[in-house]
Amino acid sequence: MGILRRNLTAYGFLCAALACFAVFAWYPMVREFVLSFQKTDLINPPEWVGLDNFTAAVQDPAFGEAWLNTVEFTLLALLCGYAVPFVVALVLNELRHARAYLRFVVYLPVMLPPIVAVLLFRWFYDPGPGLFNQVLGAVGLPPLAWLDSSSTALISLVLVSTWMNMGSATLIYLAALQNIPPELYEAAELDGAGILKRVRHVTIPQTRLILLLMLMLQIVATMQVFIEPYMLTGGGPENATVSVAYLMYQFAFSQMNYGQAGALGMMLMLALLVFAALQLRTTREDQA
Amino acid sequence: MQRSTGLLLVTVLGLAATACGSGEPASPSAGGAEAVTITVACQPAKSAPKERQAWDDDVATFMKNHPGVTVKSTDQQPCFDPKTFGPKMAGGQMETVFVVPVTNYADVIGKGQALDITPYTSTIKNWNDLRPDVRELVTKDGKVYGVPNVHYGVGLVYNRALFTKAGLDPNSPPATWAEVREAAKKIAALGQGYVGYGEYSGGNTGGWHFTQAIYGRGGSILTPDNTKAAFNSPEGKAVLQTLHDMRWVDNSMGNKLLVGWESLMMAMGSGKVGMMLGAPDVVTDVVNKFKGNVADYGITGFPEAKASLSGGEAFMINPKATPEEAKAGLAWLDFRFNTVGKGRFDFARGKALGNPVGVPDNDVYGDSPTGKAIQADRVKNASLPVENYEPYVRAAATIPPKAEPVHAQELYAILDVPMSGVLSRKDAGIDQLLADAETKANSLLAAKG
Repeated sequence: MGILRRNLTAYGFLCAALACFAVFAWYPMVREFVLSFQKTDLINPPEWVGLDNFTAAVQDPAFGEAWLNTVEFTLLALLCGYAVPFVVALVLNELRHARAYLRFVVYLPVMLPPIVAVLLFRWFYDPGPGLFNQVLGAVGLPPLAWLDSSSTALISLVLVSTWMNMGSATLIYLAALQNIPPELYEAAELDGAGILKRVRHVTIPQTRLILLLMLMLQIVATMQVFIEPYMLTGGGPENATVSVAYLMYQFAFSQMNYGQAGALGMMLMLALLVFAALQLRTTREDQA
Repeated sequence: MQRSTGLLLVTVLGLAATACGSGEPASPSAGGAEAVTITVACQPAKSAPKERQAWDDDVATFMKNHPGVTVKSTDQQPCFDPKTFGPKMAGGQMETVFVVPVTNYADVIGKGQALDITPYTSTIKNWNDLRPDVRELVTKDGKVYGVPNVHYGVGLVYNRALFTKAGLDPNSPPATWAEVREAAKKIAALGQGYVGYGEYSGGNTGGWHFTQAIYGRGGSILTPDNTKAAFNSPEGKAVLQTLHDMRWVDNSMGNKLLVGWESLMMAMGSGKVGMMLGAPDVVTDVVNKFKGNVADYGITGFPEAKASLSGGEAFMINPKATPEEAKAGLAWLDFRFNTVGKGRFDFARGKALGNPVGVPDNDVYGDSPTGKAIQADRVKNASLPVENYEPYVRAAATIPPKAEPVHAQELYAILDVPMSGVLSRKDAGIDQLLADAETKANSLLAAKG
């Protein structure tokens, strides 16, 4: 009883947090699970339909393309969005001047509302007066179709996504880099290690946990790509940028197939759970 | 990217809303009659203060004329949003009287989301003057589920100022697709940034305009029994071939894919796009929302039209409304929307408020006595050059309307692909694009049963 009284405040905070999670995270997940086995118009009583929603989702003409695009987007986003912020963090960490200013500049895009950032890129990508084609023209290169070609649309979305989100990742890497004891670098330098060797044998091993954590988090986040195709391409051209989350949105709010959207959501959640489990395992192994 | 993780949660929260009653319980009024409160959709937004004041004045007058009835307005813009429709209905937040576009009639009626108002049709003002084919669209199995409010067919919207600038006669707009191509070439030749003919290609708008175009050429999206795709046809190929040639041979369509409704409207409003498929409401929207110069726009009949995709909207009553609420809601519709010279048909007031009056954007009453009276009043109070719309009015009277296909949104998503294909790839194989879309559409139709 004494322990309970002593920790009453802590339990109070815990209950509030649990209530928030229950209402805003766990309950919707359970409802989505239930919804994926029901046919509902949200008005009449729902009807249990077994796996029909899953079958319908898989049979949708854009299902395969959506998954392929999502995987491709995730891989490309990792290539850009995982490596670039790490390199930028390394450079920022080495700088001796204007560090605060440059960190601010790198983080600035994160502070822009996503919709503003996306609209900004819509102008950058404009095949006529857009910034990117003007730059290409200035250096004597032919213009690109960017969002208007099925061969460049997806990578164009990756660039938007990377620009919008690299600030946060860079700051996290930077924090990790600053926790590395400087004597390790000094020792490496005494042993004759150059920059690349110091990165390979000191920086990467010392930030391994953060790198793995960020890898998993980025996979989970990028696989839910939605804003970019929704705002910039409408899934086109020729379905080249339809993502799983975009297709889910189409099911629910264009086609009013809420159960089918729920089923696709469950499939995406299962795929993401694999990465979440890997993340947990990695963290535990590292702590052990 | 983590910002997008909220999508799932937001979606599910929206879907997880639970149903509850919509109407407030009736209580006796001071006079002893049953008091009733209704909510009505489509109040103009605060950003349009004059129109909003006119609406509020109508509400006040209506309540004065109908003691015991309280009207509460909602100003969600747009009035009908498919993203919020289901959750609003489920959450008991749907208005007693709400609007539904023609594209969603079948869906809303089929799902029991609208009240059967058959018993009340005899009391609806001018009901018999509404076009029979338009009334048919809100009727299922002999039961009526809505009061048609707006109806129009698709035509060719064009920029008269650009026609003049390009040496074309704005009073002789193109009547064939060959003439459309020639006019588009001349407009595009005006210089960089000029687009002869604008067209959609994504976000389901590409498929929507493909449907408009194939209907106009006499083709269909589905077979008559709605079990198979019918767009892989000479008419479908002609639609895509014309677009392909205008884009890549004539270079008259600009070099930007247009995704989403507002993209082409914005381009049209900029004054640098010569022509687009559209109904008369395009002119109203281009002028009101996208800063187009009203004198510049005209509309003519669909080139070589054999049929026209129906557009429009109807008011429907919340299925949870009590009989008293339903009657009060229909009385409101009569007062505000169905009376010549009153409410939305008070063109004199509209002109005084500075609204664009004169666009023939509503043919819901056809050439019935009510329709003729409305048209005469519209012309009498016109603030726009009505002669710019005469070619459309003449053509519209001769072109039969054609309803959207079943599973329209799913099919439009499929048809976005061939549309974006021909507009983004010079080497696009039209036969292959249509064959692929046909396979997908047939799979979809088979799965839907």
